[in-house]
Amino acid sequence: MKRIRAFRNIKLGIKTLMLHKLRSFLTMLGVVFGVGSVVAMLAVGEGASKEALEEIRKLGSTNIIVSSIKPVEDESSGTRSPFSVSSYGLLYEDEQRARDAFSQIERIVPAKVVREEGRLGERKLDLRVIGTTAGWFDLVRRQLIAGRTMAACDNEERNNVVVLTEYGARRLLATERTIGQHLRIGGEYYEVIGIVRSESGQGGAIQTPDQAIDAYIPVLLARERYGDYQTEITSGSMTRESVELHQLIIQVDRSTHVESVAAGIDRMLRKFHAKNDYRISVPLALLRQAESTKRTFNVVLGSIAGISLLVGGIGIMNIMLASVTERTREIGIRRAIGAKRRQIIVQFLIETVVLSTAGGLVGVSLGMLIPWLITQLAGMPTMVTAYSVALALGISMSVGIVFGIYPARHAANLDPIEALRHE
Amino acid sequence: MIDAASSTAAKDDSLVRPVVGRLEEVTKVYPMGATEVHALAGVTVSFEKGSFWAIMGPSGSGKSTMLNLLGCLDRPTSGRYLIEGRDVARLDDNALSEIRLRHLGFIFQSFNLIPQLTVRENIELPLFYLDWDVDASAERAEVVAERVGLTDRLEHRPAELSGGQQQRVAIARALATDPSILLADEPTGNLDSATSVQIMELLGELNAQGRTILMVTHEPSLANYAQRRLHMSDGLIERIEGDSA
Repeated sequence: MKRIRAFRNIKLGIKTLMLHKLRSFLTMLGVVFGVGSVVAMLAVGEGASKEALEEIRKLGSTNIIVSSIKPVEDESSGTRSPFSVSSYGLLYEDEQRARDAFSQIERIVPAKVVREEGRLGERKLDLRVIGTTAGWFDLVRRQLIAGRTMAACDNEERNNVVVLTEYGARRLLATERTIGQHLRIGGEYYEVIGIVRSESGQGGAIQTPDQAIDAYIPVLLARERYGDYQTEITSGSMTRESVELHQLIIQVDRSTHVESVAAGIDRMLRKFHAKNDYRISVPLALLRQAESTKRTFNVVLGSIAGISLLVGGIGIMNIMLASVTERTREIGIRRAIGAKRRQIIVQFLIETVVLSTAGGLVGVSLGMLIPWLITQLAGMPTMVTAYSVALALGISMSVGIVFGIYPARHAANLDPIEALRHE
Repeated sequence: MIDAASSTAAKDDSLVRPVVGRLEEVTKVYPMGATEVHALAGVTVSFEKGSFWAIMGPSGSGKSTMLNLLGCLDRPTSGRYLIEGRDVARLDDNALSEIRLRHLGFIFQSFNLIPQLTVRENIELPLFYLDWDVDASAERAEVVAERVGLTDRLEHRPAELSGGQQQRVAIARALATDPSILLADEPTGNLDSATSVQIMELLGELNAQGRTILMVTHEPSLANYAQRRLHMSDGLIERIEGDSA
């Protein structure tokens, strides 16, 4: 019985709203755009943060990344002789020192970066040659496409081997048959032993350790063959730098140790580095930060959405108040016939809820269409989550109730005698 | 309460008919600025079941106030109003709505149909508030529509009907819940004389079938359809004419 009445009330509400289609539609618009923007903004935010979190996770939550950076004082003193050498960054000893100082460290992977041209037959490619150890491939997990990765003995025995990335291999026209062929890097020849997939970190704030143009060789070999000096000629001026190691990726045994070890390494390095020429980044901290950024982002989005829904709700309330005035006589008739106040409230409340829920449904469709378009047109990742849709629909219904109560009560509290006299 | 009502009935020389509505020392005072207006200044009258009353009087005599009180749209300042023996003068809004729904039927001068609803839906409106199911409401609507001669107009909108037809719809709506009292407020005020006669004849027929009808009018010619004429003046009953036969 109750359900039949609710159903009839909803039917009546829809019927009444359909009498003024344009007005109902315009009234709905506020909620449509409010809900649409909630869903769309959350989808864009969710997509972006998911991508960021994914990237951070790839860096490993138990990892600490120590990178060499050019100290600020060196950069600003551009008036010095163009032939002077700026020497900075991580030292070969730092690796051993860290290994000795912290028992929680499971693995340290050094990376020495050398810019050289690679040649395979006729093809050329500017490579970022990374001198590293076998551990690199354990930390930076990339799919092996062909051959094998570096082994521990390759470094110790200073084997002339190189692992290419998929991108580099393509550019150099290397295929599976290239395994075993010789790649020339600078003046030296290396045997191609494997090809790995590379993760091209596109436009994210977080730099992945690997790049598409990487070529991996044993670090000891890199040190011997290319030394620490790098000469770079940019727009007519020449800079010479001396960097021993560009990066140390440190893996600790447990994620709970990450922050204490990172702080310890910082203290230790500071003793040996007078200049501020290194940077410690902790993916776990980045992850936490990204998550808190996401929360802030959601709060801001929520407020914006809240304001737009508030405006939409006020629009509905305004129209409903006008509608009550317009239908004063109808209310009087219903009351005279015997409708209770509660029944009048229910009638008007259902109208606003139907209106706002319909607006919510249209808004959700709009809010799903917009992220889809963004993904199609701009290639940005977006993600419409079930919770955002549920949230938006829930809010739009609540808007109907909250902003419907006042006009409905106003209608119910009209004096039937006055209402019947109303023209 | 029943005793009081029946003793009054005896005084009114209508022993055979039970009283459906009775006003006892009813007053209605409206504050008007600093002063008070006594719209009703102590009215006692009993309406027997099956009687047809015309309530008459010049404007300001209190007849509209009386109708609002009789219709449970308003509460008296003092006094009692008994419907079927129950005092409804002090009931709250909810209970008064319930009384209007179950015991009273309204017929207004300006018909007061809901324009966006069809004739059928207008007639079914009180049944909707009574929670009748769809089939029973439809059946009842057809019965009362046939009674007022509108069977072929059920799916029309009020605006598509003539004034007389609209008033018939209103009468059908008032009859839908089978009320104890039909209250009519100048039911022919918006109709031409020929149609007025038809509506009055319809009311007469309904009365002949046992309906209690209380009609407010200022037209003496219409008052002749009623058995009893109650003349109001300055918030008091001036005189009652006619017999209850």
